Amino acid sequence: MIDIIPKIPVGRFLVDIINFLRTNLAIVFAAIRSIIATAVETVNSILTTLPEFVIIAIVALIAWKTAKIKVAIFSVVSLLLIISMGLWRPTVETVSLVLVATLIATIIGIPLGILKARSKTFASIIEPILDVMQTLPSLSYLIPAVLFFRIGIVPGVVATVIFAMPPSIRLTSLGLEQVSKEMIEVGKSFGATSKQLLLKIEVPLALPSIMMGINQTIMLAFSMVVIAGFIGAGGLGEIIIAGLQRYNLVIAIEAGLSVVFLAIILDRITKRLGQIYDVKKS
Amino acid sequence: MIELKISNLFMIFGDNPDLAFPLIEKDLKRKEIKEQTGQVVALRDINLEIKKGEIFVVMGLSGSGKSTLVRCINRLITPTKGEIMLGKDKNNILEAKKEELIELRRKKFGMVFQRFGLLPHRTILQNVIFGLEIQGASKEKMKEIGEKTIKAVGLAGWENSMPNELSGGMLQRVGLARALAVEPDILLMDEPFSALDPLIRVNMQEELLRIQRKMKKTIIFITHDLDEAVKLGKRIAILDEEGVVVQVGTVEDILINPANDFVKTFVQNIDRHNVIKIDYITRDNKVVLNPEMNPSDAINKLKKTRSTYSFVVDQDHKLLGRISLDDLAKANAEGNKTIESSIKQCKSIENIATLSDALPLLITSKTVLPVVDEDRVLLGYASEKAVIKVLKGDGLND
Repeated sequence: MIDIIPKIPVGRFLVDIINFLRTNLAIVFAAIRSIIATAVETVNSILTTLPEFVIIAIVALIAWKTAKIKVAIFSVVSLLLIISMGLWRPTVETVSLVLVATLIATIIGIPLGILKARSKTFASIIEPILDVMQTLPSLSYLIPAVLFFRIGIVPGVVATVIFAMPPSIRLTSLGLEQVSKEMIEVGKSFGATSKQLLLKIEVPLALPSIMMGINQTIMLAFSMVVIAGFIGAGGLGEIIIAGLQRYNLVIAIEAGLSVVFLAIILDRITKRLGQIYDVKKS
Repeated sequence: MIELKISNLFMIFGDNPDLAFPLIEKDLKRKEIKEQTGQVVALRDINLEIKKGEIFVVMGLSGSGKSTLVRCINRLITPTKGEIMLGKDKNNILEAKKEELIELRRKKFGMVFQRFGLLPHRTILQNVIFGLEIQGASKEKMKEIGEKTIKAVGLAGWENSMPNELSGGMLQRVGLARALAVEPDILLMDEPFSALDPLIRVNMQEELLRIQRKMKKTIIFITHDLDEAVKLGKRIAILDEEGVVVQVGTVEDILINPANDFVKTFVQNIDRHNVIKIDYITRDNKVVLNPEMNPSDAINKLKKTRSTYSFVVDQDHKLLGRISLDDLAKANAEGNKTIESSIKQCKSIENIATLSDALPLLITSKTVLPVVDEDRVLLGYASEKAVIKVLKGDGLND
């Protein structure tokens, strides 16, 4: 029975498409590559030029101002621990990667979220794509990234951007959809144009939800950045993977802990940003 | 002058409103039309004329389409059919293009919402100047008008507070200030006080009347509360559950001559004497005297109109007192040059008094009393007889 179904060369077909894109859109990929590489390098060099203690002080100050003193203390202790484990450099690399990836993911994701809330057609197109993106195992993002950008930091960032983007889109759109009809009427009744409506009413009211989206994006970026260690994206991810491959549990655990510390600090700070905003409005 | 004229306005919700019109012709009910066509007839053939400077109340139970009606006026909802003409330039709002509509909303209308509709991320001042900001007003202008308007609604000192720090009544003051700040010709108020506690509601009604006395805006006020309607409205339109205007008239018209049983059952629980204002039974004085008059001229004036007394007013027509024919005869006999010294103090009724406020005064004074406005300008007189006639339920058709 099975024999009568002809073999359709799905894989071959997709590879052909990829090859076509690679040869014909080489300039585009080169541009993306250089933008991402420059961004990561810039952030990285700023963070490495600054003395460790200055950075720790800044992080503690931000944590104290936005979240609570507890978070500030946690930040100081955990960052000092990272220094004592000798993992400061890879930590800074990872943070640079996460920051750049989050920035790109939100720059693309928030407008897409706005579009999704505005247009039913676009929502019906992007909804299944988001479903796929959120169910695909994170490792599978590495393959297209490698195909187009080879190995290193750039494909790491690209894979991270794609993997981390869905919450930014979804929560932006959710936040906008939850803006009450009355608020929209308020804007319209005073003669707001659709741009004014978006900027002065919808986005501010959706901001807690958008902030939550950014927070989720950062968290996903952290998990992906570790996996991107497989393709030589550097940072803590590469150390963890090297540690696992050589069965050097000590180094793997230390690097893993560092990732957890970073994730907790950034999570608390960004979560509080959203909540501060929420309290102000309720 | 007519500020807004609504003619043959229909609003039908649904995917194919045309299906509903033949059934509307046949006078089918909303429910039947929905069952047969799936279309919901919210408003049916509305015809209203709203005068400049009046508080026009649209009153109806929930589901009567009153909120839909007010939204049709600034086209938050676009009506299915009809005409809404604005002011003397006779602009049909329903034909306005997108840019014109934005311009109309900015310049002509201010809207106050049931649940206040304040933007939670903005301070009170920033909320009040929202409309101006949308119009692109300068920072100085926004600040100046914003502070002035906040003061006018009695919220000075709260400019930099956030909405969550204010109580319901205060929030609606902000809502009102926001609408007033754009200096609109027409204020649309969609059940603005329904979400407030009863005491605060009464407070706000009085506040609105106070502000209105100064600003004299055209106000279209939506409510489901008849007490509120009769308190605020000079004229009231009543919408029934089919979205039809069953009666338009003054408060007194509606109470004394209800158009049909629907209105009758609606108004039967209203205490007429608590609602009908003394204005309604106030008559013009046949004769009025000035203090500088000489007594014999005054006597002649009274005799000509067969009066036995008269009220005396100053040059601004403000009430000074009353004077009887006997007093005048006495003054004449004493050879007084003017009647000024003979004026007797007398009680008066302010024109905003209700019949129940006025009746005890009229009964105890055993005579007619002058009716004056808030500045003591004489408007006419009121008699006990006329009050009782209204309370008995007779019209004043004599």
